Amino acid sequence: MSEAMTNTASKTMLEIKGVNKTFGGLHALSDVNLQIVEGETHAIIGPNGAGKSTLLNCCIGKLIPDNGSVTFNGRNMIGMAPHDINHAGMVRVFQTPEIFPELSLLDNVMIPAFAKRDGTFKFNPFKSMANEKVIREEAMSTLAEFALDKFYDQHAGSISRGDKRRLELAMGLIQHPTLLLLDEPTAGMARHDTNQTIELLNSGKMGEMTKVIIEHDMHVVFSLADRISVLARGHIIATGTPEEIKNDPKVKEAYLGEEAVDE
Amino acid sequence: MDAILIQLLNGLDKGAAYALIALGLTLAFGTLGIVNFAHGALFMLGAFCAVSFQKILTISKKVKDESITFFDAYKEKPYLEIWWGDTGTAIIDYAVPLSILMAIPVMLLIGFIMERGLIRHFYKRSHAEQILVTFGLAIIIQEVIRHFFGANPIPTPAPDVVSGSAAVGVFFGLNENLVYPWWRLIYLAFSLAIISAVFAFLKFTTFGMVVRAGMADRETVGLLGINIQKRFTIVFAIAALVAGLAGVMYAPILPPDYHMGMDFLVLSFVVVVVGGMGSLPGAVAAGFLLGILQSFASMTEVSSLFPGIDQIIIYLVAVIILLVRPRGLMGREGVFED
Amino acid sequence: MMKNLIKSNTVIMLIFAAVVLTAPIWTAPIGANYPDLLQKFAIFGIFAVGYNILFGLTGYLSFGHAAFLGIGSYTAVWSFKLLTMNVVPAIILAVIVAGIFALLIGFLSLRRSGIYFSILTLAFAQMAYSLAYSVLTPITNGETGLQLEQQDPRVIDSMFGVVVKDGLPSTNLFGTLMSGYSGFYVAAAILIVAFYISLKIFRSPFGMKLLAIKSNQTRMKYTGFNTRPYLLTAFVISGMYAGLAGGLLASIDPLAGAERMQWTASGEVVLMTIMGGVGTLIGPLLGAVIIKYLENIFSALNKSELTEIFNYMPEWLQTIVVNVTNPFVGEGWHLTLGALFMLIVIFLPGGVMEGVDKIKGLFGFGKKKSTIEGEAK
Repeated sequence: MSEAMTNTASKTMLEIKGVNKTFGGLHALSDVNLQIVEGETHAIIGPNGAGKSTLLNCCIGKLIPDNGSVTFNGRNMIGMAPHDINHAGMVRVFQTPEIFPELSLLDNVMIPAFAKRDGTFKFNPFKSMANEKVIREEAMSTLAEFALDKFYDQHAGSISRGDKRRLELAMGLIQHPTLLLLDEPTAGMARHDTNQTIELLNSGKMGEMTKVIIEHDMHVVFSLADRISVLARGHIIATGTPEEIKNDPKVKEAYLGEEAVDE
Repeated sequence: MDAILIQLLNGLDKGAAYALIALGLTLAFGTLGIVNFAHGALFMLGAFCAVSFQKILTISKKVKDESITFFDAYKEKPYLEIWWGDTGTAIIDYAVPLSILMAIPVMLLIGFIMERGLIRHFYKRSHAEQILVTFGLAIIIQEVIRHFFGANPIPTPAPDVVSGSAAVGVFFGLNENLVYPWWRLIYLAFSLAIISAVFAFLKFTTFGMVVRAGMADRETVGLLGINIQKRFTIVFAIAALVAGLAGVMYAPILPPDYHMGMDFLVLSFVVVVVGGMGSLPGAVAAGFLLGILQSFASMTEVSSLFPGIDQIIIYLVAVIILLVRPRGLMGREGVFED
Repeated sequence: MMKNLIKSNTVIMLIFAAVVLTAPIWTAPIGANYPDLLQKFAIFGIFAVGYNILFGLTGYLSFGHAAFLGIGSYTAVWSFKLLTMNVVPAIILAVIVAGIFALLIGFLSLRRSGIYFSILTLAFAQMAYSLAYSVLTPITNGETGLQLEQQDPRVIDSMFGVVVKDGLPSTNLFGTLMSGYSGFYVAAAILIVAFYISLKIFRSPFGMKLLAIKSNQTRMKYTGFNTRPYLLTAFVISGMYAGLAGGLLASIDPLAGAERMQWTASGEVVLMTIMGGVGTLIGPLLGAVIIKYLENIFSALNKSELTEIFNYMPEWLQTIVVNVTNPFVGEGWHLTLGALFMLIVIFLPGGVMEGVDKIKGLFGFGKKKSTIEGEAK
């Protein structure tokens, strides 16, 4: 775990203030306040339908909150297009693998690298892919970090589900995001794969990165998070270190209790 | 005022044909997820049901023409007249409405064969491929018809009784010289009946309810039951039947030719998209709306103001509606957006 | 591996140029070695290669590209009428004007995707077609089609003192007439350049991003790409290719009619692309050649010729075969076209190129596909 949790002087990277979102009559988010501090790994937990995904979608431009503000490194993110938010440094890794199934693994990782280099649009039809050595090498080494380099030229649609999840992580990592948003990175994984993913997220470049993780699996949460926020019925009911959260009676009542029984 | 009433009726008439074709198209999209470019050809086949039925009824024998006495003249006399005299003549006169009886089994059969033979294998393919394969089928149907019936439009008159015009002016308390062809009024009434029948079928039968549930949420199409394949076939056959009946009754209005299907198809597709893919009320509303707009745009007062507007009004409206309302008038999010 | 790619670019172009330029020789055995047909191969090849940049790379199915071809033709004929009979300005103007229209139509149509996009392009093309027949008659000469006239101004030509005494002037490339084989060689040269540009686009990061948009557009947005300008660029490029083809058609036969813009003409280019192999480099060109060749053969045949062809059969069999095949030839060529359309989409959705791959696979020397060339899907 990083040092951030103890370093209270760290600056706030992402600030969510008074965010509300309703769908029809349903309050998906009510007055959500959340601060993500530079360097930390922040987990957002909560029962199904608590509004975790809605909150994430409000950050990356898929949804626009009814009111409130989302500020990232001092910039207002609300109303910004997803591709601009990406370039601001906030990168999302999807829950169900969102990859390019018809392209090779290498291309899948090269594409986000191009985004980083070329910006939102670049017209370079006469530049040859064969001359993109720097990007290709970076992509290969990123694939290697995730043990995917052996089948770099296979179609991404043909690899196993676990491999796809890791490919997703590689696609996020190669953009060197300032903040990485992970939506249930281990959902549907076998225990072995889960442990491997935890290992990946805790070590190397990934380990140092500021991350927001939405997660169901308590094992994953407590292995990764520096701080945890608990979301229930659209409200943040507690934020604190894993220890604090474990002992918070409100949390126990709203979430951990039932979850503990489930486990 | 008179001119407006006439244009309104014209528009409703055209709109009725668009609505009927669009209805079947939408039904096929909504439940089966099929984009059928051969649907216009089904409309055309319906019209040719009327043509063939008329031809069958008028199969003739050469007989001596008694009215010419100077020399031996011969004329064609339909067997029906020879056998049954005036009754036979009357039957021939009513060829178009009677051909509905033939069109129903024929169209259902065509729909059945099409679904079993081709469409079924394309449920899982992309919309682009569905469009292309049905486009190919449409060309084939069209060419086959041309091979057997020739390239010229074939006049298919309505029964004598209704070949005149109705004094609609009197009915609406307007100019009493204002008349409108009977058959067109019948077509309008017929279309409304078919549309109501389809809606009633969907609303009041269990089968219809399941179909509607499937259209509301593509995920639940599975609810169509264990025998989903059979139900899909039925839905497709109904869509074919609706298009066919629209064609049968349209024959007296527009003498059928082999490419009438394509002409209507492009417009009906625009209608469906304007209405919102997968929305039945949307398809009907858009059909009438575009039909009426088109007929008003062809009024001299309008076309002198905006030359050429009658040619493009439908497309123009479609473009505007699609740009303003991404999913058409009554479309839902996420339906057919690939 | 990278060296191979660079090398293969040059090698591909050399082979391609050689094959195209020697077409009059190798088409002789199949009876296609006459200029009219060869010109058609090249021109519709350009059209299909350009269409493939949109449909093959981005997956956006446009049903309105014939409009750009028509616009190119009209522009070229106007250039012949007003400026000069030289084809260079005509072709350049055709490309530019088609490009401007593509920019406009693309900008609006690309606000939607999927089948909505297809219908929007169809609507725009049908509008262009209807207007060409009605209100725009002063520009398009309506049903008759736009033709040259002896008293056309031809400003540039008259500046150089070119006087047309009798009959209509002919299109030329700095004095070389555009008819016959010279017309083919001009079209072939342009085809080679057009193919080269397409090859470069396919193998550039730009091309790969287009493929990625086809594969998963949502992901592209969250990966930091503004996808709409990419799509619009592809749309405009393919529109310009269509304009180029239209300009060339008019250069060889200076006549432009609205029927070139009809939606069935748009359908034809889709078929060419599909038949050859969507998203493959050479496929669309093959598709164009196959379709134009078959059209040429089939539409020229008639019953008596069929009888002659099947003369070797016993008489009873001959009668049957002739009667069965007769509806497919001559006027019935469209029936063959429709049947081809269906057969290809049903059995070989990847087109001829997929067939070639399959055969290669059968003989065990099928190599892995280039990662950049993308899937024929």
